[in-house]
Amino acid sequence: MNSNRLNLVAKNVLFLLVCVGSGGVLSIFLTSPTALTAPKSWKPKSNRAASVTEVVGSIDSAFDDQWSDAGLEVANVADDWLVARRLSLGLTGTIPSVQELKTLEQQPSDQRISWWVSRLLDDKRTHDYMAERLARAWVGVEGGPFLLYRRRRFIAWLSDQIESNRRYDYLVKQLLTDEGIWTDSPAVNFYTRNIIPDSGEEDKPDPILLTGRTVRAFVGMRIDCLQCHDDFLDNIYVGDPDGPRNGEQTDFHSLAAFFGGTRASFFGIKDISNENASWKYQLLHDDEETEIEPAVPWSPELRPEGMPLRKQLAHWVTHPENRPFSRAIVNRMWAIMAGRPMMEPVDNIPLDGPFPEAMEILVDDFIEHEFDLRRLIRLIANSKAYRLESVADHEITAEHERGLAVFPMSRLRPEQMAGAISQAASLRPIDESAHIFVQLRKFGEVTQFVQRYGDPGENEFEQSGETVTQKLLMFNGEMVNTRIGDESFSSAHIAGLSPDTETAIETVYLAALSRRPTEEEVGYFLQRFEEHGQRERGVMQLYWSLINSLEFGWNH
Amino acid sequence: MEDHSCGSIEHIRRRTLLKMAGLSGLSWLTPLGTALARHSEHNPSKRPLSLIVLWLEGAPSQLETFDPHPDTEIAAGSKAIKSRAPGILLGEGLVQTAEQMDSISLVRALTSREGDHERAIYNIKTGFRMDPTLKHPSIGSIICHQLHTDRDRTVDIPRHISILPGQMPGRGGYLGDQFDAFKVNDPVNPISDINAWVDDSEQKSRLKDLSFLDKHFLERNKNNKAVAGSLGTHQQQAALKMMSSEQLEAFNVKDVSESERLAYGDSPFGRSCLAALRLIEKGVRCVEVTLGGWDTHANNHELQAGRINVLDPAFANLIKELKKRDLLETTMVVCGGEFGRTPHVNPLGGRDHWPHGFSMAMAGGGVQGGRVIGETSPIVSKTETKPKSLLKDSHPVKDIHATILSQMGIDYEQELDTPIGRPLAVCEGSPITSLLDV
Repeated sequence: MNSNRLNLVAKNVLFLLVCVGSGGVLSIFLTSPTALTAPKSWKPKSNRAASVTEVVGSIDSAFDDQWSDAGLEVANVADDWLVARRLSLGLTGTIPSVQELKTLEQQPSDQRISWWVSRLLDDKRTHDYMAERLARAWVGVEGGPFLLYRRRRFIAWLSDQIESNRRYDYLVKQLLTDEGIWTDSPAVNFYTRNIIPDSGEEDKPDPILLTGRTVRAFVGMRIDCLQCHDDFLDNIYVGDPDGPRNGEQTDFHSLAAFFGGTRASFFGIKDISNENASWKYQLLHDDEETEIEPAVPWSPELRPEGMPLRKQLAHWVTHPENRPFSRAIVNRMWAIMAGRPMMEPVDNIPLDGPFPEAMEILVDDFIEHEFDLRRLIRLIANSKAYRLESVADHEITAEHERGLAVFPMSRLRPEQMAGAISQAASLRPIDESAHIFVQLRKFGEVTQFVQRYGDPGENEFEQSGETVTQKLLMFNGEMVNTRIGDESFSSAHIAGLSPDTETAIETVYLAALSRRPTEEEVGYFLQRFEEHGQRERGVMQLYWSLINSLEFGWNH
Repeated sequence: MEDHSCGSIEHIRRRTLLKMAGLSGLSWLTPLGTALARHSEHNPSKRPLSLIVLWLEGAPSQLETFDPHPDTEIAAGSKAIKSRAPGILLGEGLVQTAEQMDSISLVRALTSREGDHERAIYNIKTGFRMDPTLKHPSIGSIICHQLHTDRDRTVDIPRHISILPGQMPGRGGYLGDQFDAFKVNDPVNPISDINAWVDDSEQKSRLKDLSFLDKHFLERNKNNKAVAGSLGTHQQQAALKMMSSEQLEAFNVKDVSESERLAYGDSPFGRSCLAALRLIEKGVRCVEVTLGGWDTHANNHELQAGRINVLDPAFANLIKELKKRDLLETTMVVCGGEFGRTPHVNPLGGRDHWPHGFSMAMAGGGVQGGRVIGETSPIVSKTETKPKSLLKDSHPVKDIHATILSQMGIDYEQELDTPIGRPLAVCEGSPITSLLDV
C-alpha cells in the first residue's frame, strides 16, 4: 500500500468517524433524557390520582353536554407536541425548543402534558410572562406619571408572587390595600398609575380611573358607562345576582367613594381616616356636586365594617362568595393560555350569566383550593377543550369557536412572534439556564422587534388584521435574517452535524413548527436541498420559509 | 354568548373586521381596480383628499410661534413680526411662514384638559381623552378607514404614514392595526425592512417554498370558515407589491435637486416635509411628520428659537410648493403640538405646560387663509384659577378633528362600532366654520 492510498484510506476513515460522531453528538444533544432536569413541582402520582383528574373529568363532561345540546360536532384531540406549543406560547410567550420536545417525547404518553405543565410552572419565563400579561389588565402598558410610577418594579414584584404561587385573593387584596412608596411597596403602583399628571390633583389617584380598572380587572365587568349615566340600554346589571337590576350612575360613584380617602405624596400611597374621606360628583341631572357614600353594587353582606375603606372594598372584591372575582380570573387565564376567553369580551362577564358549566366548575374548584393559580392552569391545560385540534373534517363556524368545540386560532402576539423566532433558531431552551449573553441578546431583540411590530396594548384579546409593516418586518427585518443567517449557530450546527439531509429538515421543522414534516414535505425539501447544493444554504432557506409561514404565525 | 357591553348592538366580531380588511386589501391589488382608478382621479367635489400633519411634539410655545404678545409681560422679551396677512403677527423666527400667511389661518384659543404629554398627545391625535376601556383611532386612521375610492386602489404604498415617528405615531385603535401609520425615518436613509437580504433569484426561491408551505396550511384549514377571511395572504401580497413598487420613489429625496431639497431647510424634518409632499402626490391619504424638542422647561427662548429655525423653512416651503403644484386645495395641512406653554417664565427661564389656550395653524383643503380664530389674553395672572375665562372664541381640541373630517366629506357625527359592539361617535366636536366660510 503506497503512502497516497494510505492517506486516502485514513481520510475516508476519518470522514466516516466524523460523520458518525457528529450524528451521535447531534442525536445525544437532541434526545438525551437527562438533558433537562425533572421539574420540581412534578409529582406524577398526585397529578394522576388526585382531584385534578376528577375535576378535569367533570369539565370534560360539562363540555360534552354543552356540545351535544348545541348540536356541535367536535374536533379531534391534538397531538401532545401541538398542545405543548400552545402551552409554551400561552405561559412563556415562546415555543418549545427541540431539546424540550425530544425530552417531552420520552415521557409516558399519559403524563406528557402534566409533565410539561410542571416544567413550565417552574420556569422563570412563565412567572415573568404571566406577570406581564396580568399587568396589562391591571395597570395597562403606558408609561404613567414620571417617577411616581414604576411599571418594571411592579412586574418584577408580580413575577415573584407568581413564582411563589401566592394565593390569588391575597395578591389582589394587597394590590388594593397596600401603602407606601412605589419602589419599596411595588403593589402601590396600581394606584400611582392612576395619578393624572398636571391635573392639579396629583395628590389623589383618580377614583374614576381606579373604579373602572378595579371592576374590569378583578370582577370582570365593564361598568364605565355608569360613570356618566344610568344604564338605559339593558347592558349593565348589578344588584342581586339572582334578580339583577339595571346599573345606575350612583353604583359607579359609590364604588369610587372607596378611593376617596387615598392620597399620594413623597411618602407614598396612604389613606386618610374614613371620616375625612369623601367623594363628590355632579350626577347627570343634578345642578351641583353631591357627597356620595361608599357602597358595593351587589352582595353588600360581604362587605366588612370597621376598617379603612380600601380594605372594606378589597375584602368584598376577593370574598370567596363573590363569584365574579373568581370568574374574572378563570376567564382571563383561559384567554391567556388559549388566545381567546371562554366568555367574550374577557372583562365583561354579566353578573347573572348564563355561564358555561365548565367555567362554573373551574370557579368552584378555584375557590375550594384557596385561589391556587397553578392548579387552575393545570386544570385548563388538561381539559379536553383545550387540547382539541383547530382543524376538522367538518365545517368549522364561529359557533364552533365560541362553543370551544374546536381550538380557536389566533395570531401570535408580537412578543410571542419575537420569542418564537428567537427560540426557533436555537436548539436549546433560551431560559434561565442559557448563557447570560444569550438571554440579553434575546431581550434586546424582542424589545426592538415588538416596538416595530406594534404592541396591541391592554386590549390584547381583540384580534386585528396583520399589517404591511409586520409582514415586511418578517420578510426583511434584521431579527429574522440575523437569526437564520451566517451568525446563527443553529443553521451551521444543524447542517454540519446532521447525519443526512432528512434529519436536518426534520430538525428545522421541530425547531420552528414544533412538529415533524410530513412525507410530502420531506420529499419536497429534499429536492430543494439538492437544488441549493449546499446543505447549510438549504437549512437557512428552510428556516426563513418556515418562520414566515402562516403556520408559524398562528397559535393553532 | 350575548354581548352586554355598553350600547350593544350586533356584535362586530374580529372575523367581520378582518374579512372587511381582507376584501379591501384584495380589491386594491386587482388590475381592474387600477384601471377603474385611472378614470376617477379627478375630484369634482374639490374636497380635500389628503392630510399632512406637522406634529410639533413636546408642545411649542404659542408666544414664540403663532400667538405672540410683544411688549407685554408675558412675552418676556419675545418679539413679533408682521406677516403677509394684514394684522397677523407671528413669532420673530417665522420669517418664511409669515410670507405664506395669506394661505394659513390660526386657531389661537384651543383648550384641552390634558397637561401631561402622553395624555395630551393621545387627546390631540384622536380627539378623545384617554379611556382605559378602549383605544381611539387617530385622525389619519379614521380618514383611511372612511375613504375608499378608486384613487386609493392605485396606491401600492401604505395610505397612512408617519415620518420621524415620535412618542405615539397614529394608531388604528379600535379600527384595527391595519390602520396604523407606516413608520419611516429620515427619508435620506433607505426605508426599513423594504429590501430583501438576498438577491432576486434567492428571494424567488424562498417565496416558492413559502407558497408550498402556505398552500398546505390553507388546505388543512379549508373547513375552518371561522378564520377563512383572516387566514389569507393579502398582506403578504401587499408587502411584496410595495417592495417592488415604483411609488417608493416618493420617499427618495436624495435624487431631488439640492436647491429644491434645501428650500425646506437642511434637516430631517425639512426632508420629511418634502417626502410628505411627494407621497401626497402618489395618493397617500395622511402623512404625519414629527419635529420634537419643544418641551422647554428651561431656557425657553433659545430652545424654541432653535426649533423654529427648523420649522419655518419646511412649513413655509411645503405650503408654497402645494400651491405651486395646485395641491393646496385638495390637501389640508395642520401644524401644532399637544398643548401650549405657560404665559409666565419660570426661574429657569423656561415655560411649563399650558393647555388653557394654545395655537394650531391650518391651511389648505378649504381652510381660508389669513384668518385668526380666537384670542388669548396678554394679561394672565400666575394665580389665575380659571384661565379659560380669559379666552375669546375658544375651541376644544375635538373641533379641529370635526373641521378636518367634515371637510373631507366624512360624517364626523356617525357612530362606529368598536369590536365589542360599543357604538362610538367618530368625533364629538363641531367644525370651526369661521375657518371655512368663503
